[in-house]
Amino acid sequence: MAAVSLRDVRKSYTPELQVIHGVNMEIADGEFIVILGPSGCGKSTLLRMVAGLETITAGEIAIGGRVVNNLEPKDRDIAMVFQNYALYPHMSVYDNMAYGLRIRGLSKSEIDTRVQKAAAILELAKFLDRRPRALSGGQRQRVAMGRAIVREPQVFLFDEPLSNLDAKLRVQMRAELQGLHRRLGTTSLFVTHDQVEAMTLAQRMIVMNAGRAEQIGAPLEIYAKPASTFVASFIGSPPMNLIPSQRDGREVLLGVRPEHLEPCAPGDAGMTVDIDLIEPLGSDTLVYGHIGAERTGARVAVRLHQSVDARTGHLPVRYAPAHVHYFDPASGKRIEA
Amino acid sequence: MVENRPWLTLWSHGVLLTGIALIAFPLYITFVASTRTLEEILQVPMPLVPGPHFWENYSQVLTAGTTRGAAAPVGQMMLNSLIMALVIAFGKIAISIIASFAIVYFRFPLRTFFFWMIFVTLMLPVEVRIIPTFKVVSDLGMLNSYVGLTLPLIASATATFLFRQFFMTVPDELAEAARVDGAGPMRFFWDVLVPLSKTSMAALFVIQFIYGWNQYLWPLLITTDESMYTAVIGIKRMIVGGDALTEWHLVMATAVLALVPPALVVMLMQKWFVKGLVETEK
Repeated sequence: MAAVSLRDVRKSYTPELQVIHGVNMEIADGEFIVILGPSGCGKSTLLRMVAGLETITAGEIAIGGRVVNNLEPKDRDIAMVFQNYALYPHMSVYDNMAYGLRIRGLSKSEIDTRVQKAAAILELAKFLDRRPRALSGGQRQRVAMGRAIVREPQVFLFDEPLSNLDAKLRVQMRAELQGLHRRLGTTSLFVTHDQVEAMTLAQRMIVMNAGRAEQIGAPLEIYAKPASTFVASFIGSPPMNLIPSQRDGREVLLGVRPEHLEPCAPGDAGMTVDIDLIEPLGSDTLVYGHIGAERTGARVAVRLHQSVDARTGHLPVRYAPAHVHYFDPASGKRIEA
Repeated sequence: MVENRPWLTLWSHGVLLTGIALIAFPLYITFVASTRTLEEILQVPMPLVPGPHFWENYSQVLTAGTTRGAAAPVGQMMLNSLIMALVIAFGKIAISIIASFAIVYFRFPLRTFFFWMIFVTLMLPVEVRIIPTFKVVSDLGMLNSYVGLTLPLIASATATFLFRQFFMTVPDELAEAARVDGAGPMRFFWDVLVPLSKTSMAALFVIQFIYGWNQYLWPLLITTDESMYTAVIGIKRMIVGGDALTEWHLVMATAVLALVPPALVVMLMQKWFVKGLVETEK
């Protein structure tokens, strides 16, 4: 286990094409960090730079206090789980896990101990003789993790490992990953575009946009205090409502989450939503509508804890001042109250 | 397709049977001729059922050859052909898999140029470059040798191209996983790529074995010593011109013998051959 430091890490393929614009982060020993962002934001590139599969154009990456910029992946003491698992198709589950250890020249008995132990943790003991082809998606995912575990590395790197699984399995594997991290306590970097994965797994997360770290922090902290409109609208489903408004005589975007809008009597209303669409989800109901003119007005979503009968009409809502965020409309940055 | 049209079924079977008969009949005649004496074959019409001289004719060609044409035993020629076909097949596979490995997995200057150079040679059959090649081989003193028979035919653009196509379908993550696991390039090649290419290699082996076995012009040019003849050349040399009488029954026996090894290779490796051309294990 080790701490990981990213110091002004940059990546460009050509002088004009820069994909990572200086990321800074100190990752503590044993932390579970999620790198979250839309596709093409550079999150996988950042992870691959830590792994050593991409060169670092500028800046420094240190693992356990040792700068690894010029080290081969095998010398960085990391293990990586790939999105498509990247299992060796012609090797049995056992050999897939043992391969890296054999190259490292570990003794047969040591390899066997480690593989059996990982297989027990991941409930793969029954499948050790099978080829990856004969396994289900979830089992393959476990083998990929097993291959990482047996190495007993300083850092685990996960590149969207759950995105090829179906929804139910993803929830299950998410829980298993959390359990695994509790048990092993290995520093982990986990890349995903799924905000639910990020919120549930991360101790801290990096929200990335266009090669920049928009915000770094604990999930709930980021949820409660998004640093920009990008973060505000990327995290939370439906995303935070952003309504153009005025504050102290200046143009601002007023941000309020759907669950912080509550229906009220028309006289108390902070604003009135013209309903476009209602989605009853059982536990709660989502109301989508707009404020102001039908085409140009701000789109608004409201999460209600009771069902609504109306299909259309007006919904007067109010919000507590504590739940309101302000953003600068030009830069998208948060304006501290 | 589910259909129930008896006449169509009958008609398609008729077409298939005709096709098979057209291809199989000459082979059958060859076999019949190889089991008869020369006098019997020269009758008009030639008998169409196998005769009693099977062992006699075959043992004569295998151990002694003909009396009037080439006198080398066909057993030796078959061995020469086998060596030539095997060396060419394995040599082509070995060289082209390494060449494609370099082209697909390494970034080096002029990489695309070299690839296109290899690709361009696809268009040049042996016959086009046969005179310069002959000159080189003869200057190197490789006439009448196995090296001379095989070496000029080993480089293969087709096989290189095939392996390249296969390697490009292997996911990049596999190479990266191997890198993280600590496998260097050659280790990755031996432990991952070679086992994954097994089916492609089998398919190529079939194609190249037959290619090597059926070589005609090249061995004809560079072998003058009877002990270096291949089976295909043997057949040609047995057919004597002029007033002498070709021993057709022995020629036919040799032809049947020359037919057997490639047919065996195809039959035994058919499953692998089809697999290698249609499916890949990834």
